[in-house]
Amino acid sequence: MHIRQGTTCTCRPSNPLPTNIVKDATSFLHMAMLFARSRNLVSSLRQNLGLSAILIKRNHSSPRPVFTNYQLSSRVFLDPSTSFRHESTAVETQPDLVQQSDHEDDAQELDFPGGKVGYTSEMKFIPESSSRRIPCYRVLNEHGKIISDRDFIPVSEKLAVRMYEQMATLQVMDHIFYEAQRQGRISFYLTSVGEEAINIASAAALSPEDVVLPQYREPGVLLWRGFTLEEFANQCFGNKADYGKGRQMPIHYGSNQHNYFTVSSPIATQLPQAAGVGYALKMEKKNACAVTFIGDGGTSEGDFHAGLNFAAVMEAPVVFICRNNGWAISTHISEQFRSDGIVVKGQAYGIRSIRVDGNDALAVYSAVRSAREMAVTEQRPVLIEAMTYRVGHHSTSDDSTKYREADEIQYWKMSRNPVNRFKKWVEDNGWWSEEDESKLRSSTRKQLLQAIQAAEKWEKQPLTELFNDVYDVKTKNLEEQEVGLKALVEKQPQDYPTGFHI
Amino acid sequence: MWGILRRSAVDGGGFSASSLRRTRFSLVSARSYAAGSKEMTVRDALNSAIDEEMSADPKVFVMGEEVGQYQGAYKITKGLLEKYGPERVYDTPITEAGFTGIGVGAAYAGLKPVVEFMTFNFSMQAIDHIINSAAKSNYMSAGQINVPIVFRGPNGAAAGVGAQHSQCYAAWYASVPGLKVLAPYSAEDARGLLKAAIRDPDPVVFLENELLYGESFPISEEALDSSFCLPIGKAKIEREGKDVTITTFSKMVGFALKAAEKLAEEGISAEVINLRSIRPLDRATINASVRKTSRLVTVEEGFPQHGVCAEICASVVEESFSYLDAPVERIAGADVPMPYAANLERLALPQVEDIVRAAKRACYRSK
Repeated sequence: MHIRQGTTCTCRPSNPLPTNIVKDATSFLHMAMLFARSRNLVSSLRQNLGLSAILIKRNHSSPRPVFTNYQLSSRVFLDPSTSFRHESTAVETQPDLVQQSDHEDDAQELDFPGGKVGYTSEMKFIPESSSRRIPCYRVLNEHGKIISDRDFIPVSEKLAVRMYEQMATLQVMDHIFYEAQRQGRISFYLTSVGEEAINIASAAALSPEDVVLPQYREPGVLLWRGFTLEEFANQCFGNKADYGKGRQMPIHYGSNQHNYFTVSSPIATQLPQAAGVGYALKMEKKNACAVTFIGDGGTSEGDFHAGLNFAAVMEAPVVFICRNNGWAISTHISEQFRSDGIVVKGQAYGIRSIRVDGNDALAVYSAVRSAREMAVTEQRPVLIEAMTYRVGHHSTSDDSTKYREADEIQYWKMSRNPVNRFKKWVEDNGWWSEEDESKLRSSTRKQLLQAIQAAEKWEKQPLTELFNDVYDVKTKNLEEQEVGLKALVEKQPQDYPTGFHI
Repeated sequence: MWGILRRSAVDGGGFSASSLRRTRFSLVSARSYAAGSKEMTVRDALNSAIDEEMSADPKVFVMGEEVGQYQGAYKITKGLLEKYGPERVYDTPITEAGFTGIGVGAAYAGLKPVVEFMTFNFSMQAIDHIINSAAKSNYMSAGQINVPIVFRGPNGAAAGVGAQHSQCYAAWYASVPGLKVLAPYSAEDARGLLKAAIRDPDPVVFLENELLYGESFPISEEALDSSFCLPIGKAKIEREGKDVTITTFSKMVGFALKAAEKLAEEGISAEVINLRSIRPLDRATINASVRKTSRLVTVEEGFPQHGVCAEICASVVEESFSYLDAPVERIAGADVPMPYAANLERLALPQVEDIVRAAKRACYRSK
């Protein structure tokens, strides 16, 4: 870099030594000196692994009976175009990616920036994929029976019934709002059909202080936290009662009161934001974490890399939940990435991760609850990949039968339905009956229809809301424009729709 | 771990929005040149502004590449790491999109990040977060999510750094509702506007200039006070005149003042307006000045099409058309990506002579 007299170098500055070495050595010393207190605190927390130790061990254990089901389901996750994959000449057969060798050299280690690393004279490429996919954690089988009594967090009757009710409510809500859009009453809607377990069970596993940054297919989390059907309807209609004041498209719900940040359309932007929220919670020493959701497609965004990498470096308490539902609009996951899903990416960032059967409410509950505890007590990010299937279309602007088989959709809707599966377990325990079912569904349906009718009739936002909230305090030019527009509307009422409110 | 938390002895009341507005009012009435025997570089002005705001409010923290250990790529954040610790002066990995998104998230959660871009050219890698996550959030969430964040860094041309390090982003960011865009010139501007930006609950884009960092300016006692703050949205008349109005911002203010000196020798009294605030633009001050002088020369370093000058021309034509005695003169950078070679670079940027010539043209003194 050419440096002129009297000016500073304006490219990224070059050091005599590679930056990493200087930074690593001095910053470590620096941190050690200044923050001995906080370091000791963190390291003592790390020693107290508790539940996390058990879960880590599980990842490397031999396959369990659940594996047969998994292999069956893996067909549906992989595209028929597996012929695109190359056969590795040296396929890794052991669970660990790095193979131990008997060479003497390997006992010695080399010093590099980033720490000591052993060496080997055997040239071995880490294969692009492990011979065995990471298994997914599951508690209930397809018939709603508990597979193994170990390793899940028990759920009380009260909690289980509430979870089931909310899953069913979400189903009814999605159905009715979808129909309302089809009837032209709202302009847009997006369902979570097939992902009710992820929505509700994850919300149930969090504390109300945990800050949620959703993508857009998680209204169930807000539902769990107390957002009413009327409030959902108001946002979809953008009426005067909408907390979003008619500023956003339908399904872009948000509520500070419920610690649920307003849904934002650009994909994956919520991931680095969640790291920032986690950092803020960490600095303020709150007993809470940030929880953020992303789909399989969203993990292709640059923000996924930035968000996860950063959260790990900052040691921010964030739980990243990826809903791997197989489809990003019409893009199947085989066209989205070539890794074994998302869970394997965790290790690439130094983040603890788990793959979970996203259609198993109890598994999701246990995993999210454990992840949350880890994130808060150990002040670290955790990644959860919840395997599921997007039964509905991407949104009301999509017709998924155009790019996937109707049979496939039907299979997931009927045989792999998360709501039915959980229902069986709740019923088997004697906590739910058919009578309860029909009562819940009909009353929810009725409430929703009434909510829609009422929301439709509510007047829309007044003209003043056009200019509010651009800034904290309206700037002068906005004030002038508002005055001008009001005068114009009053002067030329025939140019504006009837009932237009100033 | 918290850094040193101490309220400055001078600062009696809190930094609430209302006290800020009160301060703004009293300062507006007292405005004149910064008369004082003390001098301060823009670099020190920015450093002291950040330091004081961090000291006063524990929620303020700095984030960016090389801001901590390296003391800042341009040494603007010098000494802050030692004083406040790595939690509040955060060295980020190389990901503008990442740390901008994180800054916005932290702001959502109630902290007040000051995010440094090594140059605003690199902010393009994060522009989605600046616009879609920061600028629009308060509006789209109907006031539930406000973003008290400051994005700062050098903007515009430096010297011999080529096209990818020399673009001016004033017009780009100033076109977005929801953002405030500031461009300081002097040390006093730097201090007052940065302090105002950090205290402001809205997202602020703070456009500095690398070549100004080392320049010294006289600074008043008032400006050195820790409660000093300049109002956002108010331009400053750097030099009064009656024949032609010259509006500009950042480094070009210095050039305009030199041009005004040269014009004075030839009997043309130029009024130089330092915009300070690109959004909101102080149309009132600009128009009042044009109504006084009847002639306008507007100057900027950035690309000519859709620039800040274009907006000023439109404003003046809309509001003060009948007062104009000559067509508006617009001086901007050349409509080419910035070349590297020194001679070409000089030709691609406005120079003092260009401003003088334009002013004379406006005054019908030459072709």
